[in-house]
Amino acid sequence: MPMCSRKCGKNAVLKRPKTGDALCKECFFEVFENEIHFTITRANLFKPGSTVAIGASGGKDSTVLAYVLKLLNEKYKYGLKLVLLSIDEGITGYRDDSLKTVEQNRDDYEMELKVLSYKDLYGWTMDEIVKQIGRKNNCTFCGVFRRQALDRGAMQLNVDYLSTGHNADDIAETVLMNILRGDLARLKRCTSIITDSGDGIPRVKPLKYTYEKEIVMYAYFRKLVYFSTECVFAPNAYRGHARILLKDLEKIDPSVIMNIIQSGESLVINEDRKLPSLTKCQKCAYVSSQQICKACILLEGLNRGLPKLGIGKSSRVNKLITENNRQNNCCNDNCNKNCTNLVKNNV
Amino acid sequence: MNNNAYNINIFSGGAELLFDNKRHYNIDLPNKDTWKLGDLLIWLRDNLLSERPELFIQNNSVRPGILVLVNDSDWELMVSSDLWYLICSLCQILCKYAPCP
Repeated sequence: MPMCSRKCGKNAVLKRPKTGDALCKECFFEVFENEIHFTITRANLFKPGSTVAIGASGGKDSTVLAYVLKLLNEKYKYGLKLVLLSIDEGITGYRDDSLKTVEQNRDDYEMELKVLSYKDLYGWTMDEIVKQIGRKNNCTFCGVFRRQALDRGAMQLNVDYLSTGHNADDIAETVLMNILRGDLARLKRCTSIITDSGDGIPRVKPLKYTYEKEIVMYAYFRKLVYFSTECVFAPNAYRGHARILLKDLEKIDPSVIMNIIQSGESLVINEDRKLPSLTKCQKCAYVSSQQICKACILLEGLNRGLPKLGIGKSSRVNKLITENNRQNNCCNDNCNKNCTNLVKNNV
Repeated sequence: MNNNAYNINIFSGGAELLFDNKRHYNIDLPNKDTWKLGDLLIWLRDNLLSERPELFIQNNSVRPGILVLVNDSDWELMVSSDLWYLICSLCQILCKYAPCP
């Protein structure tokens, strides 16, 4: 069995994908935590005295994030108040169980916990949405709604930052995905450690340079309780492809993950290129690149019995709305008055 | 004691989902001169795996995302010298699995 690369005399327990070093348990804990501390201090991520919400799913990433932030906050005196924020999508057999794990985190780490549900925010659970839309496009709803739900929760908690457990593998995957899709606007911002969504609360990713393997190993050696069931609905197919591609590349050379992140950070997007500018949704005032935000369009579709409305391009959405209006003359009776706005604004 | 008795301790972190949701197995391996870790993983696939074998073994090794620990150590420390590390009896094998998004 190889010895620890740091010459502490102990047997190594894991090989770090990031550096190739073989480390013993204690040295691994030290470098793992120190690297996150270094990431936080180098980016000047948190102002002392602020409140930070941790987006907590009960999974490995957010559990490790909560544990390490608490530990570093005490060790290095960041002076932060940490709170947990969870979203209940309403997925039976998945989220109901993982929320129990989050409640365990709340007790173990002595943090306040707030849970917001899709049902309360949007009037629909994911179970109900899947009944309407089927299992093909449901991840679009879930992703769009979760992002907004987290922001709303952060606002209700009156926090200064919203931190999420996105790890290095996630970020590299997103860079690849945005390149494959030619999505320059997202490519430009997806590697930022801190993103400011207009007047919203800054989102921060303290684990952006932390490999997934090291997170799993850290949680295992620290004996952290986390939830590991896959979502019961079909996974996001496109992301799945990017993930497989990345994992295959990682097998050849684990440093590709850091290299992809670095490339993403160094990219300069041609300024002549027209990028959508951020504005406010005319319906819910949430930050959006369109007049009506994606969440409102998706919701409108669900409420009108046109669940596919928000899936795909906006030109198609326009066509669908016009067609539907002609058929139903919908704004006269059964429809809520929001759709008058929708037509007026020509979404 | 039977030399081929292994305590396959835990499939955790999601790997247990592929193994009938059970985390502990005591297994008796058939007699054979040398059992290497690779042989054992293939044997697990053929004899214990309850669903979706492609999520466990791909291209003659574990699928990326499955982490294997032998006696609480990362098997990647061992595969560098011998891809199919020879297992000693009473090893604890633990497979960690990082699920798909």
